[in-house]
Amino acid sequence: MARALPQGGALRQAANGTLRRVPVWLVYALGAMPALWLLWLIVSNGLGFDPVKELEHRVGKLGLQFIVAGLAITPLRKLTGISLLRFRRAVGLLAFGYVALHLSVWLFLDIQLRWAEIGKDIVKRPYITVGMLGFAALVPLALTSNDLALRKMGARAWQRLHRLVYFAALAGAVHYVLVVKAWPPEPLVYLGVVAGLLALRLRWRRRHAVA
Amino acid sequence: MAVRKTDLKWSDVTPKAVFMNRRAVIASGGAALLGLSGGGQRAFAADKLNAAPSRYSTDEKPNTFEEISGYNNFYEFGLDKGDPAKNAHALTTDPWAVQIDGLVDRPGSYDLADILKGQRLEQRIYRHRCVEAWSMVVPWVGFELNALLARVGVQPGARFVAFETLMRPSEMPMQKTSILDWPYREGLRLDEAMHPLAILATGLYDEAMPKQNGAPLRLVVPWKYGFKSIKSIVRITLTADRPQATWNMQAPKEYGFYSNVNPNVDHPRWSQASERRIGGGFFAKRQPTLMFNGYGDEVASLYAGMDLTKEY
Repeated sequence: MARALPQGGALRQAANGTLRRVPVWLVYALGAMPALWLLWLIVSNGLGFDPVKELEHRVGKLGLQFIVAGLAITPLRKLTGISLLRFRRAVGLLAFGYVALHLSVWLFLDIQLRWAEIGKDIVKRPYITVGMLGFAALVPLALTSNDLALRKMGARAWQRLHRLVYFAALAGAVHYVLVVKAWPPEPLVYLGVVAGLLALRLRWRRRHAVA
Repeated sequence: MAVRKTDLKWSDVTPKAVFMNRRAVIASGGAALLGLSGGGQRAFAADKLNAAPSRYSTDEKPNTFEEISGYNNFYEFGLDKGDPAKNAHALTTDPWAVQIDGLVDRPGSYDLADILKGQRLEQRIYRHRCVEAWSMVVPWVGFELNALLARVGVQPGARFVAFETLMRPSEMPMQKTSILDWPYREGLRLDEAMHPLAILATGLYDEAMPKQNGAPLRLVVPWKYGFKSIKSIVRITLTADRPQATWNMQAPKEYGFYSNVNPNVDHPRWSQASERRIGGGFFAKRQPTLMFNGYGDEVASLYAGMDLTKEY
């Protein structure tokens, strides 16, 4: 990475200085807040008339939001110089946690382990196929998110593997677009943001290759 | 799964007298009794429609008023299930007229009161199955569509009935967007429209229809997916040709013109084999979806000889 960071600026230095003092556990703690809030809504009957669908949709959207947040970390650093790199593992694991919750709610509470329907759904329904593939792509990333795996694999191989998150992000956004009726704006916005974050990387890579 | 349909007594169906009385008590300030209300009814006494019981009512337990009026698909008012309850209050339902035209003997613009004149209101407790694979049981109040069609006189060439929802973007905010091709339209084959199960509903739980449920006049066709049961109707047209239907236009492969409830024909994007009954709480068991939503004894003959995997 021989690219020069944007020229300094007191604001950026101050921001990075503050961020260096933020402990990573705080990110995990903040990231777990939505889950605790949902738990409260479950016990207090606050999820409306179809609580299973509501929970399923909310944890799914949280998963997608954390994936987007993780994808935004590198562009943020390149564009503004503010580095959140220390927190990326936490953000990624939180994303995996919410996506896993989303899948569990679907399996256990929504479709209720009706395997015949599940099997058919995975093969026949593009949105479930895509969602499942996206989840499958996240599993090795979660498993190799520790320092030991990084050391054993070597940085290059590890990084190459973790580019799977690009696929997972696209799969997640497409999954969301496919599940709704008609073309409401919200899923399209997520798809647009994911596509934008991936396009930035393509552009940087091309520029890098040319240079 | 209880799918018996007929010959149950009124008293088996809904402890109506009980909840009426309870409502009166609550309305008069007996707040202490709120805990006994079972989350069922609104806490005020409204005008009663005094609908007669019907042999077409199911014996299944109706969903609560709150569930039925708080969980709606009515895209004119928003895409979330809670949006119609939040936004439909803006709808003006009085005055209300329905244009009845096409192949009828007495076309014209009929005032709502005129349409209701002489119609015997019945309580029809129907299963309601949404294409999204959830379901409810709703105690509708209404009258048979065939009674209205008889009054306006169906001409011999008519083969279909087309319906249109009100178009009024100032009160129905989503009509300012192009999420669907407004106004909302639906249609039935004439023999479907003449079937005694097909009703025009004006209320539920023996009270005037909540706006979010399609006040003041909506169609209910219980053997079809919910989106066929068009809400807030302002136009009924008898036609020789098959009319347009909004969701059918939006995605013809996903929403057929017939859209009969059919567990064997999946929506291209999800299975229709089973459904979740709203109101069952967190661990409510999914239940199998029934052919024609359990109304096969009554309506299957309408489709004799048709390949329902193609004519879905």
